[in-house]
Amino acid sequence: MLHKRRIAVAGILFALPSIFGIILFVILPMLTSLLLSFTDYRIVNTPKFIGFTNYKRLFDGTDPYFYNSLWVTFKYVILRVPLGLIVSFIAAFLLNMEFIRGKSVFRTIFYLPAIVPAVASSMIWIWLFSPDLGLFNSFLEALNLPTLNWLYSENTVVPSIVIMSLWGMGSTIIIFLAGLQGVPRSLYEAAIVDGAGAVRKFRHITIPMMTPIIFFNLIMGSIGAFQVFTEALIMTQGGPNNASLFYNYYIYRQAFQFGEMGQASAIAWILFIIILIVTAIFFRTSKSWVFYESEV
Amino acid sequence: MRKSRRVSQIIVYAILILGSVFCLLPLFWLVRSSMMSSMQIFEMPPKWIPSPFRFQNYTEALTTIDFLRFFRNTLTITASCLIGALISSSLGAYSYARLDWPGKKFFFGLLLASMMLPGAVTLIPTFIGWRLADLINTYVPLILPVWFGSAFDIFLLRQFYAGIPRDLDEAAYVDGAGPWTIFWRIIIPLSKPPLIVIGLFSFMNSWNDFMGPLVYLNEESKFTLALGLQMFQSLHSAQWHLLMAAPTVVILPVIIVFFIGQRYFIEGITLTGMKG
Repeated sequence: MLHKRRIAVAGILFALPSIFGIILFVILPMLTSLLLSFTDYRIVNTPKFIGFTNYKRLFDGTDPYFYNSLWVTFKYVILRVPLGLIVSFIAAFLLNMEFIRGKSVFRTIFYLPAIVPAVASSMIWIWLFSPDLGLFNSFLEALNLPTLNWLYSENTVVPSIVIMSLWGMGSTIIIFLAGLQGVPRSLYEAAIVDGAGAVRKFRHITIPMMTPIIFFNLIMGSIGAFQVFTEALIMTQGGPNNASLFYNYYIYRQAFQFGEMGQASAIAWILFIIILIVTAIFFRTSKSWVFYESEV
Repeated sequence: MRKSRRVSQIIVYAILILGSVFCLLPLFWLVRSSMMSSMQIFEMPPKWIPSPFRFQNYTEALTTIDFLRFFRNTLTITASCLIGALISSSLGAYSYARLDWPGKKFFFGLLLASMMLPGAVTLIPTFIGWRLADLINTYVPLILPVWFGSAFDIFLLRQFYAGIPRDLDEAAYVDGAGPWTIFWRIIIPLSKPPLIVIGLFSFMNSWNDFMGPLVYLNEESKFTLALGLQMFQSLHSAQWHLLMAAPTVVILPVIIVFFIGQRYFIEGITLTGMKG
């Protein structure tokens, strides 16, 4: 076409802000942070190259919080991601059933908590979790069950934060719901003709057709879960006894409370590599369980 | 058969209602606690409805620290980010969706990949950069990056732009229109709904942002509502009636915006879930 060149020039011009943005706020900082991770850099002095010392200090346990925060974060991710997927999938599936009336009302209610600012929701949940005065413990008391210390016990702090995070699952539910609505009706109709019951329809149509969306939510959910932060800062300050010192909070503390920029960069890069590995594993295994329509 | 179907329908409704209770109860509890007296809130077993309703809690919470100022600050940041997000993401998305240029695939790939990058990796050098530029404790670090377009917004809008028939562009080219004319006269007028979506998400992001202000702002007079809330929380650790009044006020605008733009929210999230 005549103006191919003109279009290309326009294209670059239109994309220029975003190209600059990527270079300035993604690529450049990424490389800088990689470099910094090999330096001794407290915010006040100039960076000094120290090779792998930062990494060594982390892995050999000189910094006692590294393995602790890794473990705590893994615990959170392993609880939160599958539970989040299952709960939101079930919610979306039930919501999508034909006979349900008031779908949009339910949908609004399920989404509502997701818009609450994290600081505010953290404050709400501290109150709900309060051991002496909280709503949850008074429920347990009314049912004659033993009360829990929720955020104040090493054993229950992570599960408590997981419960709280399930409260804000609205967008995952809506993504699932949209996916379910996109499953062609003809597939179900054909299955009914073949005499399939509800369970078989669910297993052999709903689940396979939804695998790409499950996969999407799995990836995004995991990446998000690895970066849990505000809840810990507001509700527990990483406690009790560092049992909720999540990885991102650990980075924040190291960088912005202790000013250890070099060390913190190394910690951040380890998180990045962990996330890369986890997503790579998901992508690898996805070939065997994610089903794309176009492959039929 | 009939009867068992009825039973299973009731079970499904029961589960959905239980879920709704789980979603609404914390919010109800927030509002309920925010209007109680400091005595009543400690009563055991807890009362469901405050009596009397103490609306003074709000004025008390709002006057102990300068919430009005935090509100203005947040509004300034939110509005500046909103305008930036709309301009830069619509420009970028148009280019990635409908114009061909060398390197487009590469940069779009980078853009998508950047969504998976943990923020902590870029936060530290970005902070150091802003510090070198002597812009800590200003709103520039919170606003300027948004003007370069966020990957999420561009992706979302591109999904929409890619769905507008290409024939429109072709016809306009034949008539001698350039890319800018097409963008301004055809694409933008057609994309009101997704732009509203971007606007809403952008509003929510800046209104609710905590990490950014926490890292970049250190003078109380510059604080945002989220930071103000955190400060309020550390100041009033046992005064639960006030601790619940303050977030109620902060959440209220978000809830109002959500109910006004509800339809667009749902559409927007749906668009993100689609494969690009």
